[in-house]
Amino acid sequence: MIEVILPAPLRELARISGQIMLDVAQPLTQRSVLDALERDYPMLRGTTRDQRSGKRRAYLRFFACGKDLSHAEPDAPLPEAVASGAEPFVILGAMSGG
Amino acid sequence: MASVRLLVGTRKGAFILHADAARKKWKIDGPLFGGWEIYHLAGSPADPDRLYASQVTNWFGQVIQRSDDGGKTWNPVGNEFTYAGEVGTHQWYDGSQRPWEFKRVWHLEPSPTEPDTVYAGVEDAALFHSADGGQSWRELDGLRHHTSGPDWMPGAGGMCLHTILLNPQRPERITVAISSAGAFRSDDRGVNWKPINRGLHSEQIPDPHAEVGHCVHRLAVHPSRPDVLFMQKHWDVMRSDDGGDNWREVSGNLPSDFGFPIAVHTHEPETIYVVPIKSDSEHYPPDGKLRVYRSRSGGQEWEPLTKGLPQRHCYVNVLRDAMAVDSIDPCGVYFGTTGGQVYASADSGDSWQAIAKHFPTVLSVEVQTLP
Repeated sequence: MIEVILPAPLRELARISGQIMLDVAQPLTQRSVLDALERDYPMLRGTTRDQRSGKRRAYLRFFACGKDLSHAEPDAPLPEAVASGAEPFVILGAMSGG
Repeated sequence: MASVRLLVGTRKGAFILHADAARKKWKIDGPLFGGWEIYHLAGSPADPDRLYASQVTNWFGQVIQRSDDGGKTWNPVGNEFTYAGEVGTHQWYDGSQRPWEFKRVWHLEPSPTEPDTVYAGVEDAALFHSADGGQSWRELDGLRHHTSGPDWMPGAGGMCLHTILLNPQRPERITVAISSAGAFRSDDRGVNWKPINRGLHSEQIPDPHAEVGHCVHRLAVHPSRPDVLFMQKHWDVMRSDDGGDNWREVSGNLPSDFGFPIAVHTHEPETIYVVPIKSDSEHYPPDGKLRVYRSRSGGQEWEPLTKGLPQRHCYVNVLRDAMAVDSIDPCGVYFGTTGGQVYASADSGDSWQAIAKHFPTVLSVEVQTLP
């Protein structure tokens, strides 16, 4: 099981109040994590990536282990610390002001 | 006793306002979907408890919400809007061709007879249809694949399909409007389409009388006379008496014929409302006076309605989907502003009351008249 942290608007949309733990198919990649997220929370389809192309939404970022993995290939392996559950996979929205 | 339910979409969430038939005291529920842009909420005429909402942000994309209990509870439904067939291209600002790309749902139009049937007008301009309560969406792609499609170009607000008119007397007829392509009509339930812009004159395009390219801001119709269409264009208020085949200008004595919304009185098909805006660059009322203009003659002769509206230092706009009429007698008229005010009139526009003063920018206003 891996831990995923979502931005508040998506937690609200999916009515998630506690920790999100996902059973993710191997190999552990961005794609497999998002597949599992959308499997367990189908209302989140299309909110983190385009439903057809799978491309990450422009104003979202994927972080793990203190690194920005947003530009990594969707099928690149995620760090072992995420796979072991020691570190979460973080999805967050870009900052905006005004 | 009848009551009304006002559905208000804003830049940062939705609000639902309730009043009895007197329409003097209002209860406000919300915000719903706080932080999200709610481009439009609409209720099914066939089942007033069935509501649809378009919820979107640049961060998380498009969500469609549905309520089956009049807005007390909501659930996300389908949000996959995939263009049908070969996606193709349309004209971009620099003259190049750019692939169509879905951005958001501007307008939802529920069927007058089937609660599970609803149409969605989207940006980049296209018309989608759902027959399962919004769970799945199918593009009526004959519109976008019209031979003029590659010539369509977005206006400054985006290339949006913002008006969908369903004809209660001829269910096979659908009329839509697109900024900035113009008005289009299908007479076979959305399979084939033709532009209906004859008579429009737009100085902002190379050929002012071109078949397409006009920035239509809004269409309105009275359900008893579906062939009489009213249009607020970028500039000019227009009228058609033949379902859009021919248009004539009815701006008459308006102080400015630029504006966004247009609405028709529920009980008087020749009574129409617009909100004049100073110009295409100055999106606020002339002279800082917020005035709704009413014509009781189907256009041409207009009177300002000012009682209860700010008449000094007012520089808000009223967006295209932000005006609505109820079906109580006397007719209630409602509109919301970019400054976050919602105004209501319970006497066909003779007088107005601010029923909300500090909402986020109002994107849309719809009203349901409940038994």
